[in-house]
Amino acid sequence: MTELSSNTLSKKDALVQYAAQIGDNGLIIGHRMSEWCFRAPSLEMEMALMNCALDLIGQARELYSYAGTAGGDGRTEDDFAYLRDEIDFRNALLAEAPNGDWGDTIVRLFFMSAYNKLFFTALARSKDKELAAIGAKSLKEVVYHLRFSSEWLIRLGDGTAESRRRVQNSIDNLWMFTGELFTLNDAEKSLLEDGIAVDVTALKADWDQMVDAVLEQATLKRPENDWAQSGGKAEGRHTEHFGYILTDLQFMQRRYPGCEW
Amino acid sequence: MTEKNKSPEKEWPLWEVFIRSKAGLDHKHCGSVHASDAEMALESARDVYTRRSEGVSIWVVPSNAITASKPEDKESLFEPADDKIYRHPTFYNIPKGAGKM
Repeated sequence: MTELSSNTLSKKDALVQYAAQIGDNGLIIGHRMSEWCFRAPSLEMEMALMNCALDLIGQARELYSYAGTAGGDGRTEDDFAYLRDEIDFRNALLAEAPNGDWGDTIVRLFFMSAYNKLFFTALARSKDKELAAIGAKSLKEVVYHLRFSSEWLIRLGDGTAESRRRVQNSIDNLWMFTGELFTLNDAEKSLLEDGIAVDVTALKADWDQMVDAVLEQATLKRPENDWAQSGGKAEGRHTEHFGYILTDLQFMQRRYPGCEW
Repeated sequence: MTEKNKSPEKEWPLWEVFIRSKAGLDHKHCGSVHASDAEMALESARDVYTRRSEGVSIWVVPSNAITASKPEDKESLFEPADDKIYRHPTFYNIPKGAGKM
């Protein structure tokens, strides 16, 4: 990523991309959680996961609608969700990680929610009034996601030998996707000076502190290797799982273009 | 779910859920959830019973902490009260100044 490419993005395009990429995070992890529908281990957990999924997809809808308005080219929320290709999605790779077992789903939600809490707190102070309003509203939702996933993490970590072993494994496997959350892409760099984008690099220390506190309570180990896989957020380079997500998510619009219901 | 998984040790205990719909009103019983402990029961109650803005406060109580009357005792417990109409304050004249009671 060079300064040159950051200069080639107009302010308007940067704002459209910025609103859309925050939405991408919500849509993709929300879609992942919706895959638990009818498969959750209990009725209570089914409801809990679907509530989270609906919160996150709802956030994506507002952000996509705003991206459409900001672009002024008549694109709607559906255009962003259903008619873009893999490379256009700029979600963090963490969002697209497969559901795996219960531990994987909880750890993914925990890492993302800890980030989301800090991110939306900061976004609520954005100079862009629309983004600030979406940030303030979303914050209330993600605070609950953080609470739900933290409580589960503590119980899995400090639970049985098997739950502990498996959830530690989830943490070790997903850890390499956490670093990307705190990197800046071109759109963010472009909007930083205007006080519109959140400086996510400044959120890392607080995130570490939040995560460490819960891991400690859960008697789990924080991985030592901080090597981070990135690519989704910066240039739409996704994991091998992403194509399958879009195939599922966009099936109706691709098979029956323009269909409404 | 197989029979093996239904063994009591593997099932989460049951909790009764009480929701206060708005400030000043009583908590009302609205259902139950299965959860491993009180905190999880509270979260599940939130997720299952307050999705449509039903509540401002939640209580959860372990179901086994509630001692309940038996349905088959209904006749002896409750029917004797049915013909004691003098227990209702229907026969008092309310002074005009007291207004609506």
